[in-house]
Amino acid sequence: MGMGGKVVTVTSGKGGVGKTTATANLGAALARMGKSVVVIDADIGLRNLDVVMGLENRIVYDLVDVVEGRCKLRQAMIKHKQFPELYLIPAAQTRDKTAVSPADMIQVTDKLRPELDFILIDSPAGIERGFRNAVAPADEVLIVTNPEVSAVRDADRIIGLLEAENKGPGKLILNRVKMDMVRKGEMMSADDVTDILAISLIGIVPEDENVVPASNSGIPVTLNENSRAGQAFRNIARRLNGENVPFMQLDDGGGFFQKLVRLFAGGNGQ
Amino acid sequence: MMAGFLDRVLGRVSPKGSGSTAKERLQFILVHDRINLPPERLQAMKEEILAVISKYVAVNSEDVDIALQQRQRDSLIVAEIPFTKPHEDIEKDDPDVPRESRILD
Repeated sequence: MGMGGKVVTVTSGKGGVGKTTATANLGAALARMGKSVVVIDADIGLRNLDVVMGLENRIVYDLVDVVEGRCKLRQAMIKHKQFPELYLIPAAQTRDKTAVSPADMIQVTDKLRPELDFILIDSPAGIERGFRNAVAPADEVLIVTNPEVSAVRDADRIIGLLEAENKGPGKLILNRVKMDMVRKGEMMSADDVTDILAISLIGIVPEDENVVPASNSGIPVTLNENSRAGQAFRNIARRLNGENVPFMQLDDGGGFFQKLVRLFAGGNGQ
Repeated sequence: MMAGFLDRVLGRVSPKGSGSTAKERLQFILVHDRINLPPERLQAMKEEILAVISKYVAVNSEDVDIALQQRQRDSLIVAEIPFTKPHEDIEKDDPDVPRESRILD
């Protein structure tokens, strides 16, 4: 009945911008803070969150089994190896998005709310049924995008749809920002993207070579203390938890001093 | 010269590069995406608005500025349409002008 845990949906419009990575990392970062968390893979037919979290070998039941009454909700909740209060509800791999309805998602999350602090939903790409399923129970929506024209355009479309469903405007995670390119003016900065989309930012995640190896091993990068992307996800998790955390200074070029330096260095900056 | 210098110091001008091109292109694309009105349809609408206004007052189409604008996430049409002649001149030659608009002036 809307009590207890908060439902946060991670979506994007465009595929490949880092939704699943973001969901896995926010789940792990919140668990690391001592929160009880369940992450739900809502991408029915294209299961992925399980591999990114290193839990693919433990799956017995999935979200569709829960919805169709083949198992109890608890039976589909796979406990993470490292955090006893982090769970995954995997997507079904051999079904499609129509196997679950928005009402089913509300029902499932309402059962989870009293037991957990956070329920994170990894939305599929696109704007169809899977997206509507993922967004239906959301208290808060995070939109992941990259500083590229196609990803930002799709994010804008998603924000429009969220507003139409009274779920908007949502908060933005700008993922895979390459600081050297931003400095050279060859990539949009976080300020550029928030200017364009006119929504507030909840995190800026730098491009980081630790992300792919972390996925490869099924260990979320946020558990790597030395990773900048990992740090960014830890900060987002704290903001989700209501803390006021200043943004990491990646996106230099925002400060007056850097602008002055760039000006005297001949407009290109170093 | 000085203004350009100030603009750069204060960050009003983005550094030249494909990043600012991306931003400009996106701003144009999204204005049209958000209201689902492609540029050709917008042009047709401008011409119709202008035709209607020209029935009542004289305007020079080159001075007219009808554009889509964004305020946060809301879209609006902003029009600046300066008159070129006083009202009386047109009314005499234009029997189509409704009585009300004559009284108004």
